Amino acid sequence: MSDIQNLQKIASQVRRDIVRMVCIAKSGHPGGSLGITDVMTALYFHEMHHDPKTWTRQAVGQDAFVLSAGHLAPVYYSVLARSGYFPISELATLRKFGSRLQGHPCVTDHLPGIFKPSGSLGQGLSVAAGMALGKKLSGDNGRVYVLCGDGESEEGQIWEAAMWAPHHKVDNLIAFTDWNGQQIDGPTSSITGIDNLPDKWASFGWDVIEADGHDFESILQAFELAHSQNGRPKMILFKTEMGHGVDFMAGTHKWHGKAPSQQECEAALAQLEETLGDF
Amino acid sequence: MKEFINTGNKDTRSGFGAGLLEAGRQDERVMALTADLKGSVKMDAFAAEFPERFVQCGIAESNMIGVAAGLAITGKIPFAGSFAEFITGRVYDQLRQEVAYGHTNVKIASSHAGITLGEDGATHQTMEDIALMRALPGMCVIVPCDYNQTKNATIAAAKYEGPVYLRFGRPSVPNFTPEDEPFEIGKTYILNEGVDVSIIACGHLVWEALEAARILEEKHNVRAEVLNVATIKPLDEKTLAESLEKTGCAVIAEEHNLAGGLSEAVAGWAARHKPCPMEFVCGEDRFGQSGTPAELLKAYGLDAENIANKALEAIGRK
Repeated sequence: MSDIQNLQKIASQVRRDIVRMVCIAKSGHPGGSLGITDVMTALYFHEMHHDPKTWTRQAVGQDAFVLSAGHLAPVYYSVLARSGYFPISELATLRKFGSRLQGHPCVTDHLPGIFKPSGSLGQGLSVAAGMALGKKLSGDNGRVYVLCGDGESEEGQIWEAAMWAPHHKVDNLIAFTDWNGQQIDGPTSSITGIDNLPDKWASFGWDVIEADGHDFESILQAFELAHSQNGRPKMILFKTEMGHGVDFMAGTHKWHGKAPSQQECEAALAQLEETLGDF
Repeated sequence: MKEFINTGNKDTRSGFGAGLLEAGRQDERVMALTADLKGSVKMDAFAAEFPERFVQCGIAESNMIGVAAGLAITGKIPFAGSFAEFITGRVYDQLRQEVAYGHTNVKIASSHAGITLGEDGATHQTMEDIALMRALPGMCVIVPCDYNQTKNATIAAAKYEGPVYLRFGRPSVPNFTPEDEPFEIGKTYILNEGVDVSIIACGHLVWEALEAARILEEKHNVRAEVLNVATIKPLDEKTLAESLEKTGCAVIAEEHNLAGGLSEAVAGWAARHKPCPMEFVCGEDRFGQSGTPAELLKAYGLDAENIANKALEAIGRK
């Protein structure tokens, strides 16, 4: 099996995990998670140098991933569990009382693989930038990846970090945006018109890479391009479709924060092959 | 009463700067970040000696807190410094998520706190910051009283594992605590022993509390115990209990509003464990204004004379 076929196989299982987790929890955010599944699968199963067995929060000598848009927790938990950070059976506890899989990720219960809490938007890019600088100062060659949303980029702090990172030359920082054009209240174009992201990031001094977030060749190539040590941080803008992989959830903001019913869950799972065994 | 010698007025922010430099020499993980206020928060000497460990963040405090949290995750010990208002109220959500809830080893260096920032007026004077920081689970809140103690508290904060809020100020005030006394986080210091009333103070008002104790002794034959609550959270309940057991009443003095400050911290604890008459010398429910520090302290009643009067009131209610 080729690497890309393997990634497709994992992605299908991750999408099943997302739908089933949110259905069992009876609340949560399936749309965004389904949309960024291919990118997150490529990140954890191809791109990043990481080892769940030796992982610590300091991530010495390893790459680190920071989730800024915390409501994408379902896809995050799924790729972490499928990578071996914690048992996949724990995915059934999402959002339950006493679970380490809080509604939005946190470090309180020391869930392996989580570097910081996220939920309040716009903050993760700054933290990732600080981690990238910390690694550089310590002579650690690890990279720091961070996922932001396009809607999230309406937060002013994103642009504070956008200004700071190129000035401090953290070229080991690889940020990527889930560019799905949707947010809670509707298409981003109808909210503030944040849409011209390539020019915005380029003007702040970032290397900007555009890619198709559902084409693994495009995703892997984009990450490859982001490896250059040229003194500039990288921003990959992944064009994605919210709810991708489930026809009735695709392309709409309506599934941003809504759980499927049992019937809807079954209809969704019928479209997603079980490749690695459900949790 | 015990005599305290002012070795010369100094600003507590300079004590922070001296402590930061010393902490930086002791531990190469110590870093300093500021939001375009390097000189004001006294990071110049540190930045000159350790240029790679000084991070200028520009006028973007939210990002600075995030960068500090990120540095802490990779094992650094970052001190993020700005004016008290801009490093608490402006970035409360960042401190809540990335520092307190995120359990990162970030030190909040909070300068120009209280009303004694003076002439800049109420936009820059915060009398609410202790309340905000006390409210955050796991946040250690330190308010040293003079230059020496601020220097030593800064060194102690660097060695402490966990988030710390370190509050200091702009005006030159008496410097009277021992130069080389190691700062113990969580300890309330008994400066003067007494039996009639406990004067419980923090920050700039500790010197005023000592002055009040002198007035009480000389004019009213009252022996006041003076306590310096240099760590407001966690509160040194044992020392407070022993003092209140002895004196049976208290006056609490702070350069902060009543809501959520030292007064409510002590009163909230005492209501459950040591109820007794208490009076408060603090800001009421209003903002500050422009003026010299001395004018403002007098106008808002944050001085020795008022502390002494409130102490007599507390004694009268026993």
